[in-house]
Amino acid sequence: MEYVSPEGLRLDGRRPMEMRQIRGEIGVVDKADGSAVFEMGNTKVIAAVYGPREVQNRSQQMNDRALVRCEYTMANFSTGDRMRKPKGDRRSTEISLVIRQTMEACIMTHLMPRTQIDIFVQVLQADGGTRSACINAATLALSDAGIPMRDLVTSCSAGYLNSTPLLDLNYVEDSAGGADVTLGIMPKLDKVTLLQMDAKLPLDIFENVMQLAIEGCKAVATYIREVLLENTKQLEYRRGT
Amino acid sequence: MLQNKSFVKRTRGGKITKVVREHYLRHDIYCGAPVCKVCDTSGARLSPTASTILIFDTNVVLHQIDLIENPAIEDVVVLSIVLEEVKNRNLSVYNRVRALCSNSLRKFFVFSNEHHKDTYVTDMSGESKNDRNDRAIRVAAQWYQTHLAGSAKVLLITNDKENKRKAIEEGISAETVESYVRSLSKPELLDLLVQPASEDVKMEDAEDLRPSKRKVIYSEHKPMSEITSGLHRGIYHQGKLRVNRYNPFEAYVGSESIGDEIIIYGRTNMNRAFDGDIVAVELLPQDQWHEEKSLALADEEDEEEDVHLVPGSADDAPRTIAAQGSAGITEPVQNRPSGRVVGIIKRNWHSYCGSLEPMAKPAGGGGIAHALFVSKDRRIPKIRIQTRQLENLMDKRIIVAVDSWDRLSRYPSGHYVRTIGVIGDKDTETEVVLIENDINTRPFSSQVLACLPPLPWFVSSEDLANPIRQDLRQLRVFSVDPPGCKDIDDALHCTALPNGNYEVGVHIADVTNFVHSGTPLDDEASQRGTSVYLVERRIDMLPKPLTEDICSLRADVERLAFSVIWEMTAEAEIISARYTKSVIKSCAALSYIEAQARMDDSRLMDPLTTDLRNMNSLAKIMRARRIERGALTLASAEVKFEIDTETHDPLDMGMYQIREANQMVEEFMLAANVSVAEKILKHFPLCSLLRRHPSPTREMLEPLLRTAAAIGLNLDVSSSKALADSLDSAVGDDPYFNKLIRILATRCMTQAVYFCSGDLSPPEYLHYGLAASLYTHFTSPIRRYADVITHRLLAASLGIYKLPTIFQDGPRLTSIADNLNYRHRNAQMASRASVELHTVIFFKKRPTDTEARIVRIRSNGFFVFVPKYGIEGPVYLTPRGEKGSGEWYVDEQQQKIRKMDGSISYSVLQTVFIHMEIVEPQPNRPKLQLSLV
Ligand SMILES: [Zn+2]
Repeated sequence: MEYVSPEGLRLDGRRPMEMRQIRGEIGVVDKADGSAVFEMGNTKVIAAVYGPREVQNRSQQMNDRALVRCEYTMANFSTGDRMRKPKGDRRSTEISLVIRQTMEACIMTHLMPRTQIDIFVQVLQADGGTRSACINAATLALSDAGIPMRDLVTSCSAGYLNSTPLLDLNYVEDSAGGADVTLGIMPKLDKVTLLQMDAKLPLDIFENVMQLAIEGCKAVATYIREVLLENTKQLEYRRGT
Repeated sequence: MLQNKSFVKRTRGGKITKVVREHYLRHDIYCGAPVCKVCDTSGARLSPTASTILIFDTNVVLHQIDLIENPAIEDVVVLSIVLEEVKNRNLSVYNRVRALCSNSLRKFFVFSNEHHKDTYVTDMSGESKNDRNDRAIRVAAQWYQTHLAGSAKVLLITNDKENKRKAIEEGISAETVESYVRSLSKPELLDLLVQPASEDVKMEDAEDLRPSKRKVIYSEHKPMSEITSGLHRGIYHQGKLRVNRYNPFEAYVGSESIGDEIIIYGRTNMNRAFDGDIVAVELLPQDQWHEEKSLALADEEDEEEDVHLVPGSADDAPRTIAAQGSAGITEPVQNRPSGRVVGIIKRNWHSYCGSLEPMAKPAGGGGIAHALFVSKDRRIPKIRIQTRQLENLMDKRIIVAVDSWDRLSRYPSGHYVRTIGVIGDKDTETEVVLIENDINTRPFSSQVLACLPPLPWFVSSEDLANPIRQDLRQLRVFSVDPPGCKDIDDALHCTALPNGNYEVGVHIADVTNFVHSGTPLDDEASQRGTSVYLVERRIDMLPKPLTEDICSLRADVERLAFSVIWEMTAEAEIISARYTKSVIKSCAALSYIEAQARMDDSRLMDPLTTDLRNMNSLAKIMRARRIERGALTLASAEVKFEIDTETHDPLDMGMYQIREANQMVEEFMLAANVSVAEKILKHFPLCSLLRRHPSPTREMLEPLLRTAAAIGLNLDVSSSKALADSLDSAVGDDPYFNKLIRILATRCMTQAVYFCSGDLSPPEYLHYGLAASLYTHFTSPIRRYADVITHRLLAASLGIYKLPTIFQDGPRLTSIADNLNYRHRNAQMASRASVELHTVIFFKKRPTDTEARIVRIRSNGFFVFVPKYGIEGPVYLTPRGEKGSGEWYVDEQQQKIRKMDGSISYSVLQTVFIHMEIVEPQPNRPKLQLSLV
């Protein structure tokens, strides 16, 4: 199958190094302490954050830091008629864990001992790159909730098909069976908090793909900062200061 | 700019789903014209002086690809929507268009109209997909027209009336293919045009000029829906049609649903199917199952029988003797299901090599003539073509492509593609052989050559220091090959050990040290599969620097090798075997003749000659043991030519003489292959590449048994051992008798094939001819890709390299093995064809009388084998066409043909004297004719 034409266009018309259109919106769930919607192309994810609040299950309470919990779900309608698994399946559990660990690395949990922070992410529409979209949405929602963080965490995927590194795979490219690297970074600290890869890649190629994913993450970070800045301006405006 | 494309799609499970895909529209897609002031012209492909820019619609590309490939067609903009449609409809045409677009010598530019912001069209409600795409093509054409306003004319080429009308309405210049080609005033281009099927009926028939006689010849093909439901209900059977190479009126369809081959007799039942087509077949009522055969032969013309090389195996030989035209014989073919083709699921049409059928007077007027094209491949029916250059083509080898075949025509219609050269010319005919056998003779690409190590290449100190490589330069290694061999794959050594045993080494060129998995070089070699040896030319699998220099184990240079080293007793029992990468330095590259002469010359006592003698005595024991196990020593009739160095014409031809030295080398190569097969299979039971030779069935041996019975010889074919023994004891009064029987036995066997060990169960791994339970190819990696794979497996089993990932992909391995079998087979056929070609050239100036043996009786004569030249062919007692005129009758039981008055009779295996001469029954069609002296 030809995923990159000899003219250098991917199936959806992007060039190999281009991301899909991204869009983020803050404050979409009033009841939550923080919330956001994040879209990467046709992948659409909503995240809601509650906390820091009292620990529900006392036995889990930690005296030196906050407890971070994460629940990942996919809306039943998110994939159209594509294969769908019931809630609590292994894949969801795994992604919940990945998101929790990634976010936990940037939340300054020691500032909020004996509390818990709940992150709920739900995929509304899936078209590849759901993990990355979830992390980006969670970052926005955590910022919205005003939870202290070391840095933003942004995520983007990159893959390798037809001997070409490709940024931000969509569903069709994702299911092509090539390698798929999902990367999460803290852009200011220049640290990697998440790195997952399916399939195998020779080391030199992997480095190229990884570099591409880093560029993607940085681009997402720039955009997220803009969204946050815009949001802050709006707040200021509403307060009338 | 973003568009969401949504469409509904039926999933594999049969559900209907709505699919939404993002579709980005861009500003950075350029027009490809170097004169453009607006666009980035760095990727421009069109010529700066182009006055007209052509845009083809999908159907024109699909049907007129032969025309488009002609260099007269330039400055073409290929729209991505057209490419997409072509790809969905015909992959091979798509690949050809893509090749044009990437060819830097051609001026073809791909315009991604579907992603350009101004040329993307959204679906309109009620519009069919075809209409939408036609509209997209017009929009793109219009865009070009405005975009390039003034600097070039844009011409849309379409044969669709509606599309053309709309285009002209919208102000786009549009023309049909034919009117465009006419405007170029190059009449020979018109021959390349495909004739639309609808005009077929109106066209005059080349073989029959009386229009009133046109009648329905073939039954209608069933519509696809009916075929699908018929396949579901088990009324029809699907399979690939294989036409018998020696009797084109007989074909076979391997059907999984009935677990057997369905035989299709006659062109009527084949119903316009070509060899290789995927067809749907309906079984005939059981009572028609064997009557069909005689019918089929009666109503079709008898195809010509040419003199050809003696078959090397059953794959080269006719499938059944009865099919050879002895219409009088009622062959008891029991319960072989026969059927007829009801529909064609997938066509395997491509272009074919051949020549026009000679005819008295050109038919048709106005410069356009109709002619019948006869393919060199006898499985292909004659093809009708129209041409404006008949006189010119009559004595040429040409390529013709098939376009259509309607029910009213006996023959399919096609069009001329190109001329190869004059019939009978050595270069032309050699090219025909290469094209026919799908042999890639293109020079290696720069990407492939980039994988070669820098020249001149030497064994480096790193190679010597490499712990996986053993330094064997101190050993007395030598090679024995045919004279003039430049690609030396293998070398040997044999050292006497103090304990009375011998250390024997087989050293094979370390090709995988240079050919790494997944590189362009490896892909190319894998595709080529094997080197091809023609009489005066070699087409290499690997580039020349590797083949003749870096890998070749030449004398007096250090080379890298992969070695198998045994310790053997003086009785040739293998005590231990080890495998290692090595560095060797061969001390002599001997020819078979030289090696033989050294061994025979009792005065020579030098160390090398002693090694040779020791090896030879070991080889003799190994050979005897192998034969004891039941290995068949089959005879083939290999011919060799002596070629004039100036004219390249054959000067002399004779049988290739097999010496003890050949057998000695062969024996050690066999042993190395067996050793390696055992080693790799032990480590990789599921992904080893092995070679097997299926036991012949009784049915396959039938011709041999019948001949044997006729001369009162009893052959036991119950096992390979029994057969080998009976062949040994088949000794007649004349010294050649045994060899003749062996030659007859050889042609009953099929060839050995490569396979992936995971695809079969161990009992099926058997190599019947060698009586080996396991076998592979390891010893010729320079010229066979199978050996390259085996080298990788062996290196991985020793733990010195990792197994490339491709070995984890079962289906991929199977397809590699299939390709190797295909390439191997084609290479052999090409070699045979090349020998046949040179045989004809040889006898052109040398009519010869010689001795021949009758191998088969026919109704009008017999087939003879000419031992001296390794050929066989028909000798006619009655003129062709008057078969069985009554003067002669055939005694089937005793395989004899007798004159009615009893004065003369000929029986099988009898010696006759024949005259061999080149005749030209029709101008430019030379053939070798055999007649009784
Ligand atoms: Zn332009």
